[in-house]
Amino acid sequence: MSLKESDVQQIAHLARLAVDQDRLPEHARNLSAILDFVEAMSAVDTAAVEPLAHPLEMSQRLRPDQVSEEDQRELFQSIAPAVEEGLYLVPRVIE
Amino acid sequence: MEWETVIGLEIHAQLATRSKIFSGASTAYGAAPNTQACAVDLGLPGVLPVLNAEAVNMAVRFGLATGCTIAPRSVFARKNYFYPDLPKGYQISQYELPVVYEGEVLIELDDGETMRVGVTRAHLEEDAGKSLHEGFQGVTGIDLNRAGTPLLEIVSEPDLRSAKQAVAYMKKIHSLVRYLEICDGNMQEGSFRCDANVSMRPKGQAEFGTRAEIKNLNSFRFVEKAINYEVERQIDLLESGGTVVQETRLYDSVKGETRSMRTKEEANDYRYFPDPDLLPLEITADEIEQIRATLPELPDAKKARFVSDFGLSPYDAAVLTAGRDLADYFEAVVEAADGEAKLAANWVMGDLSGALNRDGREIGDSPVSPQMLGGMLKRISDNTISGKIAKDVFEAMWNGEGDADAVIEAKGLQQVTDTGAIEAMIDEVIAANPGQVEQYRGGKDKLLGFFVGQVMKASKGKANPAQVNEMLKKKL
Repeated sequence: MSLKESDVQQIAHLARLAVDQDRLPEHARNLSAILDFVEAMSAVDTAAVEPLAHPLEMSQRLRPDQVSEEDQRELFQSIAPAVEEGLYLVPRVIE
Repeated sequence: MEWETVIGLEIHAQLATRSKIFSGASTAYGAAPNTQACAVDLGLPGVLPVLNAEAVNMAVRFGLATGCTIAPRSVFARKNYFYPDLPKGYQISQYELPVVYEGEVLIELDDGETMRVGVTRAHLEEDAGKSLHEGFQGVTGIDLNRAGTPLLEIVSEPDLRSAKQAVAYMKKIHSLVRYLEICDGNMQEGSFRCDANVSMRPKGQAEFGTRAEIKNLNSFRFVEKAINYEVERQIDLLESGGTVVQETRLYDSVKGETRSMRTKEEANDYRYFPDPDLLPLEITADEIEQIRATLPELPDAKKARFVSDFGLSPYDAAVLTAGRDLADYFEAVVEAADGEAKLAANWVMGDLSGALNRDGREIGDSPVSPQMLGGMLKRISDNTISGKIAKDVFEAMWNGEGDADAVIEAKGLQQVTDTGAIEAMIDEVIAANPGQVEQYRGGKDKLLGFFVGQVMKASKGKANPAQVNEMLKKKL
């Protein structure tokens, strides 16, 4: 399976990665090589294999519905770039 | 061309747990910003989500109430997108294997018909935080208290054919989650909201048309208006030779229109994959049976019982069972009124509901308790007071003047059933209106009503109208 440069650009955009335009062909080639490597798996008949959701053969442990966390806003916000009136501030996002 | 509307709803119900779905932070509404956002909710490095047992329990309750299959094994997945109110860069949701799937609900249509609406699936996921745009210059404020609040996303089949049906379905789900006590249903606070997928197709065509998704509708009225607007918009577009674009739209309740929402649509590639932080969720048949045993009587069953046991009309039974609180209140009134169910239904749906609306109160804080109302109804059925006087008694009880017997005693409202007293009043009325008497005797039967009115007036409403009627006919 081979990725086009436009696919790489789209994937980079979805992941918010800044990709150097000059290196697009190289990325397309490398990523395609990884896909080709995995493609070998397609030869295996998996009709009777249940899809793997997690490598551990265990099920999810549940916790009782109890409030156990205290307010640590001051601590958490001490590492935030900008806060005001208890809110985290980010560049304006509304359309 | 004749068009057919096709609608499917995705309802988000906030589950009424005390703590969040994957952390021990509180879910209480209205706290100061970010005071209920812990390290897990903030997505700080090194934290791990641990699933809340009660959220699972609630999802199963919903599944059982809608005849869904409960998945013995379901899987949490990451839905990836970037937005500042989503700290991890992904929302933990369920994708290929939801916790419950393939059920149905019955909705009541205006013509009294019942319609089946398929529930495709309901899955567990976490809510995002809130973005606050107002009051800031060039920046947005982020409150992550809501981040990690458990949601049940309930997806319907595209079975709905009009805005009215969509509203009826949404109301049914709203009623169900409240009966099940899994969601407070508070739409102002965003605890219950929905997205509507709307498309049009020529009547008779099997394939669906291209759909638009209207996001974040938080009232029944907005759902109806937004869908109706969208239907008009799509028909205009199609009939003028255009095509509907698959996109996300927002409903502007001030302008009453939907408009395209451009920012998020390009990212409609969420790259779901199983969340490696969470193991598959397993639910055993035993656990399901234990939960089934705790289910309350649900609205459809209650409605059927109200019709068969109390002789109510299906319409009245539907109104009285729409909310569990109202249904419980009604049943308590019937018991206090020695089984006068129809009378109780009329008063609960009439004067009581009217007074609650007028004063903006919920049934739970009605100043007139079911015992008080039932006590008053007993006085109507034993002829101590007339239905008309009862309205005054009700108002007095509403205003805190005591129970029915106390009010009747204090105000001297007992019905006059003493034939002598009524006869005297009738004689006076006949004497005072010779002209009308002559006309009545000349065959103008309708005047009987006039005489009854006059006598009732003379008795200040306290005479028994049936008795007055009877005696007047004889006298005249």
